[in-house]
Amino acid sequence: MKYLKTNDERCVGCMGCASACSRMYFKEDNPAKSRIQVNGIGKNAFHLIACDQECRKCVQECPTQALTVSKTGVVTLNRSLCVGCLACVAVCPIEAMRYFPGDKNPFKCIACGTCVKACPKEAIEIAEKDESDASRAWERIIALVAKEERA
Amino acid sequence: MTLDRKDLKLLAERRYEKGAVAKGYNMRTLHIDMGSRLATEKTVSPEMKRKFVGGKGFGLKLLWDGTKASTTWDSPENEIVIAMGPICGNTNYPGSGKSLVVSLSPMTGVPIDSNVGGYFGPYLKFSGFDALELQGKAACETIVFIDGNEGLIQFYESPADIPGDTHLLAELLTHAFARDEKDLQSVAVVSAGRGADHSPMGLLNFSLYDKRRQGIRVKQAGRGGIGTVLRDKRIRAVICRFKGVDQNSNDAADPAAVQRIGLKLHREIVKNDDLQCKMRKQGTAHLMEVMNDYDLLPTKNHKYGQDPKGPEIASWVWEKLLSQDLPDGCWFGCTLACAHAVDRFELETGPYKGQKVCVDGPEYETAAGVGSNLYVYDPHGILEINFYCDTYGIDTISFGTTVSFLMEAWEHGILDKGKTDGIDLSWGNWKGAIQILHDLADGKRFGVLAGKGTKFLSQHFVKEYGADAQFMKDIALHGKGLEQSEYISKESLAQQGGYYLTNKGPQHDEAWLIFMDMVNNRIPSFEQKAEALHYFPMFRTWFGLQGLCKLPWNDIEPADNAKWGEPNKVPEHVANYRELYTAITGEALSPEELILQSERVYNFQRTFNVRQGFGHRKDDYPPYRAMGPVLEDEYEARAERYDKQMKEKIGVDPAGKSVKEKVAITRTHRMKQYDSLIDAVFKRRGWTNDGCPTPQHLREIGMDLPEVLAVAEKRMAGGA
Repeated sequence: MKYLKTNDERCVGCMGCASACSRMYFKEDNPAKSRIQVNGIGKNAFHLIACDQECRKCVQECPTQALTVSKTGVVTLNRSLCVGCLACVAVCPIEAMRYFPGDKNPFKCIACGTCVKACPKEAIEIAEKDESDASRAWERIIALVAKEERA
Repeated sequence: MTLDRKDLKLLAERRYEKGAVAKGYNMRTLHIDMGSRLATEKTVSPEMKRKFVGGKGFGLKLLWDGTKASTTWDSPENEIVIAMGPICGNTNYPGSGKSLVVSLSPMTGVPIDSNVGGYFGPYLKFSGFDALELQGKAACETIVFIDGNEGLIQFYESPADIPGDTHLLAELLTHAFARDEKDLQSVAVVSAGRGADHSPMGLLNFSLYDKRRQGIRVKQAGRGGIGTVLRDKRIRAVICRFKGVDQNSNDAADPAAVQRIGLKLHREIVKNDDLQCKMRKQGTAHLMEVMNDYDLLPTKNHKYGQDPKGPEIASWVWEKLLSQDLPDGCWFGCTLACAHAVDRFELETGPYKGQKVCVDGPEYETAAGVGSNLYVYDPHGILEINFYCDTYGIDTISFGTTVSFLMEAWEHGILDKGKTDGIDLSWGNWKGAIQILHDLADGKRFGVLAGKGTKFLSQHFVKEYGADAQFMKDIALHGKGLEQSEYISKESLAQQGGYYLTNKGPQHDEAWLIFMDMVNNRIPSFEQKAEALHYFPMFRTWFGLQGLCKLPWNDIEPADNAKWGEPNKVPEHVANYRELYTAITGEALSPEELILQSERVYNFQRTFNVRQGFGHRKDDYPPYRAMGPVLEDEYEARAERYDKQMKEKIGVDPAGKSVKEKVAITRTHRMKQYDSLIDAVFKRRGWTNDGCPTPQHLREIGMDLPEVLAVAEKRMAGGA
């Protein structure tokens, strides 16, 4: 699966990634609307948060299946199906599923790479990893309950 | 069988102008007359909004206006009103998708209100209406269809060969009325079942389409026989289609605040549920062993509250059977997700024997009502009864309590195989119980008689079989004709009041005070009990005004809840609700006004009972089984407890007294206690000693409509 790999030690907190991301998807420069979060964790130390595409708790929790896994393994949101309940935001263990107050739909990193180009320190990159037990849990659950003739 | 909408015979249709919800309200309701197939819009006046708020308040107001004192459940003018409320339909705060259904009940003759999930209510609201009235009787079996996206209301003739049982019917109609496969979740069906054709305890199933299971699920407006009313009106189903729910379909005054408050609770649930009630894993069945441990789990028709076999149907048993890790909410965004199901369950009996089905539940009430109370500790038996009750459209609580009554009558020799058409009703024989259910659905044999409910049967056995009248009265667990739900109330006087000092009969919707009263002894005096029997029914009524579920109020609690004053009220959650109300409606809500909103509607409902000729003090007494030990062996099984109470509370030395004497002394004492409780509660509620709201009280709380005052004044003057 494709995902945004982060390397906190290289990050200098310039916010270039957040700026590029929010401009790409919200047409404004606003770190609160970025799908990658840059958190200061002490003097000159930063922690980057973006969806690792792997746990898929949000996919499991979504009542309308607006959140699905794409062919490349990326968790994506279909806004026309989303009812904005924010259950996905609550179950995300790393707060990578975001929302902006008053906006109807949540948002998350889809490993598009826009931020990678904006990073001067190569602290982020688009990488590949294998599916894991955790990443396939949502499929196993459905297989247990879906109508048998279709399962 | 497949069904195409195009093949259905269209009887009538009308278009309506689609409205827009503004701050939680459409300010418009829909009236459908089944006889003339006319659909009419009604405007909600500012006064109606102010006095009745929404949901159950609107439902009762519309029902009052549409019926008369002489109206009975099967009169054409009786109505089924489905109403939502301003908070209903928001997707952020867990438990916000409830419909409130009211009707004059076939079981009690007074208004029943039932709180149900499923998608129908929110879809109806977003289709442009705050409530739907169904009145009159159709000339032929009819399907009503409301398309909220098209602004279209249609009446179809229901095909003669359409299945009557919900799991087939609602599935078929969902597919028939969805545009395509992707539209299935936009369709919600309200239907009953074949059982509702033959019994007053028929319920309404509200569907939701479950994308993962690729089939419909159903939630029940279970209590009081509203499904029976639906079938009496020859309504096969009512369907609402609406596509396009989003985060702010309610047009909230402050949508960001709705998100913030909702997300706070989502997070609280995700973090605390595993440490608290495990609703996400077990649903309400998490209560099973707790109730058994505290001697509160109904066992053998509420004779006992505990049995060594209890652990065989404990929560961990259900957790293994219920499918896990699914977003099983009955409305979008309910992360408490208690609407669990057992999937691919193979049926052993009945018309669907051998088929694998999805069983919705069991919830606590079902597992107790058709489980321990029948001395059934076989989870399979419970699930089988659960499934068939749902699909036949029969209330599991009324059915369970009725069969437990029958089993006790069997134990005492009042019934035998000659009287039950060969069915063995020994304790624990779930196959006997389910045979009754199948016969009831077919409208034949003993099932029809049994389906008439506990009140009818208790009188019938006296008249026809010469059963002892007092004994029958004592063990028939009903109030006003409605079967009691599944908690042992013997050791909690406050809960006896919680059950029986109610408007609609003994359910657990209004007050659940057992722990506060019996276990923690926080409300020892009559005045304290009366205060609790004022506050909690009023507070809990409020959920029904808003279109909310009560479970996220106290089946999940903030981690630090205990450190606040009055933790029983879960103060932080009460604050959430007030904030949520303001965020949606834009109107401030003080704690006092919150209670007043409910108090107006609660007193209106009581006065409605009075108008229908009920609402007397005498209507509010429990059968003695709900208050204390009826039988000598029942006393002896808890002799230590009862003897101690006799010595310490009654002031009589039990030494040297026969069990019969001790049963009588206990009984006299407990009856007296209950009478004192009624006095205190009626006084606190502003009612006369006979249980009628005084005109002065009605004026004080703002329920001062002339027609309401007139009913109270007439009763006060000695009129019926």
